[in-house]
Amino acid sequence: MVGKDCVAIACDLRLGLQALTVSNNFPKIFQYGDVLLGLTGLATDVATVSDLFRYKVNMYRLREERNIAPSTFANLVSSSLYERRFGPYFVSPVVAGLDQKTGKPFICGFDSIGCIDFAKDFIVSGTATEQLFGMCESLWEPDMVRLDLDFRTLFPPGIFFYMMILLKNGQLNHDVECSTIMHIICTSDLNFTNASYQSTFATGFDEFFANNLNLLDDLQCPEDLFETISQALLNAVDRDALSGWGAHVYIIEKDKVTKRLLKGRQD
Amino acid sequence: MCTDHGCASFIDKAYRCDQPEWAMPHQAEARLRVDEPHEDQLLERPTHLQHTKQPFPGYHQKMEVLLGITGKDFTIVASSKAAMRGATILKAQDVKQRQLNKSSLLAYSGEAGDTVQFAEYIQANTQLYSMRNEADLSPSAIAHFVRGELATSLRSRKPYNVNLLLGGLDPITLKPSLYWLDYLASLAPVPYAAHGYAQYYCLSILDKHHNPDIDLETGIKLLNMCTDELKRRMPIDFKGMTVKAVTKDGVIDIDFDDDKVVKSA
Repeated sequence: MVGKDCVAIACDLRLGLQALTVSNNFPKIFQYGDVLLGLTGLATDVATVSDLFRYKVNMYRLREERNIAPSTFANLVSSSLYERRFGPYFVSPVVAGLDQKTGKPFICGFDSIGCIDFAKDFIVSGTATEQLFGMCESLWEPDMVRLDLDFRTLFPPGIFFYMMILLKNGQLNHDVECSTIMHIICTSDLNFTNASYQSTFATGFDEFFANNLNLLDDLQCPEDLFETISQALLNAVDRDALSGWGAHVYIIEKDKVTKRLLKGRQD
Repeated sequence: MCTDHGCASFIDKAYRCDQPEWAMPHQAEARLRVDEPHEDQLLERPTHLQHTKQPFPGYHQKMEVLLGITGKDFTIVASSKAAMRGATILKAQDVKQRQLNKSSLLAYSGEAGDTVQFAEYIQANTQLYSMRNEADLSPSAIAHFVRGELATSLRSRKPYNVNLLLGGLDPITLKPSLYWLDYLASLAPVPYAAHGYAQYYCLSILDKHHNPDIDLETGIKLLNMCTDELKRRMPIDFKGMTVKAVTKDGVIDIDFDDDKVVKSA
């Protein structure tokens, strides 16, 4: 899943034989340098294919003396899978990473014979694809940014309210536009409705952000992406009998990769 | 058989009959008479197919019991003693296990010839490694080696049809480990495991009663709970269990009471 200047990939941990769960500690995401690969499908092929790419990526790194780029890796996956066109590995891979030069998020998915599906929002794969499509379609939005502000500290005393502003298409530079504000949730001890609030203060936002650029440091892009992808995955697998039992979530940023283990429902 | 219209006998041809569907009263009957039985109903491969490989484990292969339990400082590996061929028990003292090195043990089930052939191949290679390097392979290393061999075989003309449990104790850290491998070369490290129908009976018991800190005695108690349930619920007599444990003192045989009678409900 793509966020603002970051990208996330997550998997469940179940290994099963039809309805029987064999293991609840079977990760399906593999890291090759800065690129992450998720593999769903036949368990034996998940292992075979992940080992194959570990070998190929290590050889690439020795030859080129640099890490493989996400888009290069995607093409490697594609051609490697198509090599087995008439006896395919039964896997549907997902690739996620940040472009090494531009820092742009890169995600794509494949079918079992290597047809690439590029996307700018999200890619889903596995037994819970329908549920995941539904969850992602409703939770995902472009350039997810959450700004938590305590306006008590920013406005003159007497106006006490806390608000969370979810910026949509936020231009995170000097000219944040009011039109990018999608949700304003305010709890107030004054009886402001959203409408009256907007008419009172909205016009002042340009000026406000221009004067408070340091606030932009508090933007929680990776955290919001983490929340979104985790909720999407956990709620999708809860409606699928064949997946679940915990999850791994990776958030890839420019200078770091964070891996988190979600316990999830164990039933 | 579609005798009404004089068209040739079997169902796929009956569909091609010129008459509309409602005019073929015998169609349903014909469907039942198609002479190749559904694959689920087969115990033996039909004679004309016997030169080919059975693509999945037959029912009698799933009746074989393999059980593994890890604990604080040991791994128990147990296997049923019955050697079966179809509905017949050929031997009641079979040992479906091979010791690979000082600290690992492989239990196997599956197609008759493949099992021993494959297990001894693995055994020979791990022993060769020990001789060449004067160091044993760790259980994890063996597990990945076995998976590699099985995965290569899976995509060959005649794959091994073998299910495995690999129990071991890391020779340095003394951490117990257990690996579950099936004939498709799926590998999973697990705290406890079973193969075949035994999975359906034993895993739920172990889910409830197992924890990673148990001692060997408790492990044997858990194993007894499992075999009791198997005796109670499984439709055949699996002739008791061969039980071994990997501990810091190497692989030890465990006395196990096979004659215990469990009353069914």
